[in-house]
Amino acid sequence: MDILSLFIIVPIVTVLVLIFTKSLKQARLVAMIGSIIQLGMAINLLFAYLAEKVHNDDIMVFTRDVVWFKPFNIHYSIGVDGISVSLLLLTAIVVLAGVFISWKMFDLPKEFFISLIVLSLGVYGVFISIDLFTLFVFFEIAVIPMYLLIGIWGSGPREFAAMKLTLMLMGASAVLLVGILGIYFNSNADGGPLTFNILEIAQVHIPVVAQKLFFPLVFIGFAVISALFPFHTWSPDGHSSAPTAVSMLHAGVLMKLGGYGVFRVAMYLLPEGTLHWSWFFIILAAFGVIYGAFAAIRQTDLKYINAYASVSHLGLVLFALLSLNLTAWNGAIIQSLSHGLLTALFFAMIGMIYGRAHTREISKLGGMMKILPFIGAIYVITGLAYLGLPGFSGFVAEMNVFVGAFQHPDTFHRILSILVVSSIVVTAVYILRLVGKIMMGPLLTNDVEASTLPKVTWYEKTGLLLLMLPVIGIGVAPLWLSDMIMKSLEPFIHGVL
Amino acid sequence: MNMGNVLLMRQEVLLLAIILILVIAEIFMPQRKKSNNVHLALFLFGIHTIIGFLSINYGSLFGGMFHTNALIQFFKNVLNIGVFILLLQSADWVQEKIVQEKRGTEFFVLLFSSLLGMYFMISSGDFLMFYLGLELSILPIAALAAYEISKRISSESGIKLILSSSLASGTALFGISILYAVTGSIYFNDIVNNMTSSYMSILGLVLFFAGLGFKISLVPFHFWTADVYEGAPISIASYLSVISKGAAVFILMILLFVVLKPMIAVWDKMLYVVAIATMFIGNLFALRQQNMKRFLAFSSIAQAGFMLFGLIIGNRLGTATVVYFVLIYIFSNLAAFGVVQAISLHTGKENMKDYEGLYRTNPNLSLVMMLGLFSLAGIPPVAGFFGKFFLFTAAASKGYYFLVFLGVVNVTVSLYYYLLVVRAMFLRKSENAIPYFKNKLYMRLGLLVTAVGILVLGIYSPLYDYIFELSKNLY
Repeated sequence: MDILSLFIIVPIVTVLVLIFTKSLKQARLVAMIGSIIQLGMAINLLFAYLAEKVHNDDIMVFTRDVVWFKPFNIHYSIGVDGISVSLLLLTAIVVLAGVFISWKMFDLPKEFFISLIVLSLGVYGVFISIDLFTLFVFFEIAVIPMYLLIGIWGSGPREFAAMKLTLMLMGASAVLLVGILGIYFNSNADGGPLTFNILEIAQVHIPVVAQKLFFPLVFIGFAVISALFPFHTWSPDGHSSAPTAVSMLHAGVLMKLGGYGVFRVAMYLLPEGTLHWSWFFIILAAFGVIYGAFAAIRQTDLKYINAYASVSHLGLVLFALLSLNLTAWNGAIIQSLSHGLLTALFFAMIGMIYGRAHTREISKLGGMMKILPFIGAIYVITGLAYLGLPGFSGFVAEMNVFVGAFQHPDTFHRILSILVVSSIVVTAVYILRLVGKIMMGPLLTNDVEASTLPKVTWYEKTGLLLLMLPVIGIGVAPLWLSDMIMKSLEPFIHGVL
Repeated sequence: MNMGNVLLMRQEVLLLAIILILVIAEIFMPQRKKSNNVHLALFLFGIHTIIGFLSINYGSLFGGMFHTNALIQFFKNVLNIGVFILLLQSADWVQEKIVQEKRGTEFFVLLFSSLLGMYFMISSGDFLMFYLGLELSILPIAALAAYEISKRISSESGIKLILSSSLASGTALFGISILYAVTGSIYFNDIVNNMTSSYMSILGLVLFFAGLGFKISLVPFHFWTADVYEGAPISIASYLSVISKGAAVFILMILLFVVLKPMIAVWDKMLYVVAIATMFIGNLFALRQQNMKRFLAFSSIAQAGFMLFGLIIGNRLGTATVVYFVLIYIFSNLAAFGVVQAISLHTGKENMKDYEGLYRTNPNLSLVMMLGLFSLAGIPPVAGFFGKFFLFTAAASKGYYFLVFLGVVNVTVSLYYYLLVVRAMFLRKSENAIPYFKNKLYMRLGLLVTAVGILVLGIYSPLYDYIFELSKNLY
């Protein structure tokens, strides 16, 4: 058994075991063990990858290729590079933290954890696929459990939010399907066979007309899940209605599929299309950054703030990708990792606060630092990391992004870059305002005696620390990570630039 | 004609034998043991289904009127499997409701007769045999649609079906006679050689297509579908929507790809328009349906639109993807219809509102329903996704990207109404949810087979490879 297929098999086994569990205790135990194994595998993969890379110079390592549908030349084809390895590790961390945060999921626990694990299965699958068909299958597997997760265990207008999210994401992936078929039927442009294999297609010179035609389809198909403006509207509704662990997983991991797909499929396979369209989509991305930041200022619900902040920060990922240079790309990948951890932390803590104070309205919260010092401290650290304070992962990411974006000499990119940089200030406004009001402000609770609020439990602490450690780790020692990612980016640069 | 030749018709002969055995059993079985006929019919048909997979020689009979090959045999097996699952699912209904009215055996006799008609239809080598098969396949179904004689709506549905289908087959017959006038023959082989694209032959093609389009319930020949499905017994509605539709698509494929191949420049445009209209009309009307049978009726109209994606390209890839899709569609739709039937049998409830909170009382039924609906919607990893993806691939292979785009838009629309049912079952909680009930053995088997099929058929790729291999020789 190869090291990568285990990322598919372990979740399947976990789900199969979960089917036979009878109670919450059993279900969460099984889910926890399954996720710990996954995390172990992800860490192991990281070291194996670093060791392998020393003597192996292929773009993808640990590859495995099995013919699946022969008449279409569809393969189950997997492999990883530095980008996928780091994103796999992120996924494993967030999933495990999500299981801890859902420790008290009393309503239909078995079904909840099954959906959660299936979702993670889809995400793992996307990150290891190098066959477009396989990738697309996993992409959709990752989306559909969201409907049940939000619809059954959500709060507020959950049915509406779940339907909106599912339809928008599935609609986007439907558009993506057309794009993928377009790439497939042009993959024989150099006289070879039709193929879905990403590495093989990258060697083919797809006709420029086709690239210009299909790039927008593929780009939008992936970017919707990264909340590209104006297709971001599913995100605030979806996140605010979703249960805590699902918000974490969705903002932390699922939305990363967008940037990943844009990079690995749209830009890598359609370089001419990228050059032709980048000016248009970079405007949308930049607008999303600024719009998301300003929208976050005006929100009064904690989850909505975080959802719009995600729109802003993931817009930054797309902006960096479309800036088309190595430094910015490096920043984009690190920003994906950093945002994944930080936003998961935020959603986890919002869930904890909501579970105790039964409100997410800023106006009804205050002085949390005195009542819940542990959460308060982590919240402040997370906030600071989020707005890009040096020493945390957010700084490393944004630094790279902006340095990269500024390398464009032309006025168009300069102006956009300056506008996007200014969003940092806006970010600081809504983060500091929050910290000031609900953490440090005067003690206010919603008709609950402050002293009766439940203490932070061990599983909540574990979940938070699990997410916090890598944030500090990336911030303090970023070089090995950015080295690993940079090496993996180099093969792409020849294609696009 | 020696015995070896008759073996080419083995499936037809065997099915005829089963029908005769059932008729004899009906006469000689004492009244109180009549319900055993249900077991007998199931048993015999099960054997028949298994025997169908034994390989036979291929060739033609009666001077080319009857014709069979590997793909046709495979498709007959597909129909057999579908009918067998359908029998499993409706056995309880027949035993509890129909046998009491002393009409149990006729149900099977009529159903098998209709299936026999489909065998002849897809094996036909000339238009005469084709027309006989077409008529034989629809007349017994009209009787079965009116089978619940105590219900007025059932009789209405039977009348509606027989009137509109005779109009349709009349139209088809007119088209055939024009084609005969143009080419001077009713044999498929001769027609291919003599066919020329003239206004006359186009008129023949269109009229003929209208007749078959009625059976597949393509827009604009779909008006009977929802009314008939709603009134007919559920097993007959599901028979109409999977078996009858599948067989009609298959023979339409043979006729278009082989007999009318010289006119591909005409009929691909026709299919293009009809496919778009069928998808949109089916989907848009399905959005607002409350009755589950009407809901599935419109959903099956929309699905027929997708089948045309494979037909439109007119080559081997199209054949393989359509046959594959029909096979998967049979399992998916039977899963949905099976659950509707189980619930209707135990509680008499058929509306979407009654399904609210079903998961908390009947989790297994809800899961089968969800699998079926996800497969119909085309969500991986269940089989329907692979069926649809390959159909889209087929259409894209000839450059119909815009059609594929409209197709995926429709997939998203259809996802909405399939999710409405999932919403009712899983998301909603209800005070008066359908209480827990236990299905009988046959029904449980019938649902289990569909669920396993939906989970396995897509991922298990050798199946598609096999179909693709068979598609080498369509006719």
